[in-house]
Amino acid sequence: MVPLSYYLVLSGILFACGVLGFLIKRNIITIFMSIELMLNGVNLSFVAFAAQWHALSGQVFVFFVMVVAAAEAAVGLAIIIAVYRTRETLNVDQVNLLKL
Amino acid sequence: MTPPTLNPLLWLIPILPLAGAAINGFFGRKASRKAISAVALVFCGAAFALALWIAISFSSASAPYYFPLAHWIRSGSFSVDFEFYLDQLSLVMLLVVTGVGFLIHIYSVGYMWDDDGYYRFMSYLNLFMFFMLTLVLAKNYLVMFIGWEGVGLASYLLIGFWFTKDSAAAAGKKAFIVNRIGDFGFLIALFLMIKHFGSLDFTRVFAAVQSLPSETAGAGLLTAIGLLLMVGAAGKSAQIPLYVWLPDAMEGPTPVSALIHAATMVTAGVYMVARSHMIFERAPTALMVVAIIGTLTALFAATIGIAQTDIKKVLAYSTVSQLGYMFMACGVGAFSAGIFHLMTHAFFKGLLFLAAGSVIHGIGGEQDMRKMGGLRVYMPVTFLTMSIATFTIAGFPPLAAYFSKDEILWKAYSSPNGSWVFWLIGVITAFITSFYMFRLWFLTFFGDYRGGPATHDGKHQSADTHARHDKADQHGHGHGEPHESPWVMLGPLVILAILSFVGGWIGISGRFEHFLAPVFQSGAAPELAHETAGEAAGKGTETLLMLISVAAAILGFALAWALYFRRPQLPARIATGLGGLYQAVANKYYIDELYAVLFVKPLVDGSTTILWHGVDQGVIDAAVNDSADAARHISDNVRHMQSGNLRSYAGWVAAGGAVVIAYMVWMGVQ
Repeated sequence: MVPLSYYLVLSGILFACGVLGFLIKRNIITIFMSIELMLNGVNLSFVAFAAQWHALSGQVFVFFVMVVAAAEAAVGLAIIIAVYRTRETLNVDQVNLLKL
Repeated sequence: MTPPTLNPLLWLIPILPLAGAAINGFFGRKASRKAISAVALVFCGAAFALALWIAISFSSASAPYYFPLAHWIRSGSFSVDFEFYLDQLSLVMLLVVTGVGFLIHIYSVGYMWDDDGYYRFMSYLNLFMFFMLTLVLAKNYLVMFIGWEGVGLASYLLIGFWFTKDSAAAAGKKAFIVNRIGDFGFLIALFLMIKHFGSLDFTRVFAAVQSLPSETAGAGLLTAIGLLLMVGAAGKSAQIPLYVWLPDAMEGPTPVSALIHAATMVTAGVYMVARSHMIFERAPTALMVVAIIGTLTALFAATIGIAQTDIKKVLAYSTVSQLGYMFMACGVGAFSAGIFHLMTHAFFKGLLFLAAGSVIHGIGGEQDMRKMGGLRVYMPVTFLTMSIATFTIAGFPPLAAYFSKDEILWKAYSSPNGSWVFWLIGVITAFITSFYMFRLWFLTFFGDYRGGPATHDGKHQSADTHARHDKADQHGHGHGEPHESPWVMLGPLVILAILSFVGGWIGISGRFEHFLAPVFQSGAAPELAHETAGEAAGKGTETLLMLISVAAAILGFALAWALYFRRPQLPARIATGLGGLYQAVANKYYIDELYAVLFVKPLVDGSTTILWHGVDQGVIDAAVNDSADAARHISDNVRHMQSGNLRSYAGWVAAGGAVVIAYMVWMGVQ
């Protein structure tokens, strides 16, 4: 059996990749994917703990997260399309009308 | 002393004018002048009628009246109530205030009719009556103090009645501030009474005082209280060193000068000293100070009166001087003589001011006597009444002031507290008084009219511009011939002239003194016996002194006649001959300038540099401003964190998360 720490390290790496991508990428699609990556990194740790402790609540959490992520993806992508139609760009640094 | 009896009408006397003041003050702006006059006169007249009614019933009663209107302060054993009290002393004051006040109200209708602030004026006058009656009828020192402050307020409002004129506004402030200095002394005296007697009620305070020994050996509590009361009295009654506000108060309309600054309010100090006679009689040092201040003020103010050219200023200094006489009387223990003179003074000085107002009214607002003259032809009634007043104040028998002034001079000489020095200065003052009053009389009514070129086009201006005469209009607006005033103004003059004529007769053979005896004898029982013993022996002396003071009056008349009637050029030559001395007198001995240098300037400068620039700007404002500045500087530095860049926020969140995790890991390792 693979030890828990392996899963947690992988989960941490995935999460860190997500954070890094969120911080440094400018393309909004990439940022969006980075967020998904962070979510899934967390999911991985949830199921790992669930398997370790034989508790189903961790898996249930994961389902919730996936449902929210799906809804988020639908709304987010719709916003991205709307933004792209008006602004003709996917670069977040140029979508800054609300900034002072 | 007989215990006082209840009289439920008493409280109505002060309340009536207050109602009049409220009605006119709140609704007068839109009301017609007739309605305003009606309200003012009816309420003031009702107070007078009520006072007369009470006086009639009082004369058959044997005990003072009192009426407790309401509770006020109850604190442990200490209590102060709104209580009114009427004995012989306050009855005299009551009749003088309501009577003369009512006459002056009538006069004001004519004098102020065309002023824009007519309703305001009438409202203030009624308000003044309320406070003055409160002062006179109070049963304890605190209610008296309400009236005391209230008349100061009314005085301030009426001196500055024409507040658009700078000098009037300044005079009002000056009167108010100088009075504050006196009130300070009065208040401390009240605190001393509360501390040592536990009460402010006249009856209880005097009962407590009566049990104390006379402070002949040295100064003690009673002396302190007496002196502090005298400070208050000096402020209100314009005595040295606080007299400076009264001449300036002449900026007010003339009826105000007559009512407040001659007949009633300024005598409040005399009344208060007489009311507190029990305290003063047990503090000879304080009594001596009162006498000295009174005597000096009488002489000092009279000399200033010689060189004034403004008719109202002469009368103002004359008022100060006559008030000095009253204090001289009180100071030698002859309180009833002081009150007697107070009463006759209210008649003749009120009359003098009203007649002067009539003169000013008749020649278009001119107050400078050098531009008057010959007016007896133009205004015969004013001339006649003013003549009676002038002869009265000069002390010619058998007019009112002859009796009262003579009484004071005799008491100053013969009373155990008196001395021939007081008498001598009093006689000299009487001579000067006679001189400057006849100077005024000759300058105003005799010779030729020296006013501006009277327009001879026969245009006699209707009365509609007269009310603002006091605003020192230049005479250039072609006022026309001097003319007599309407009868609404002359009526009060005639009544006051009659009173000035016969008012002194009630003092013949000591009747007035006997009337007031129940008030004053209680404290001065041993003295009275002493007096009667000396009286028989001093009868000849009294006649001699009387003749001397009449001679002084005649001498003053003769000198004025010689200088201002026979040889009108002479005074100017004498003035130039005297040079510096005349300048000093004409400039009121530079007292105002001296006070400005000694007190006003250091105070203003100190307030400017220390209080304004130092404390207010340097500490209070600086604390607020500096803390605001500090907050802004700090936020200036941290506000760059809020860049508006979303990813930088995310970076902060991530960094924060990383720090938390690192911390937890590190703790776990530990």
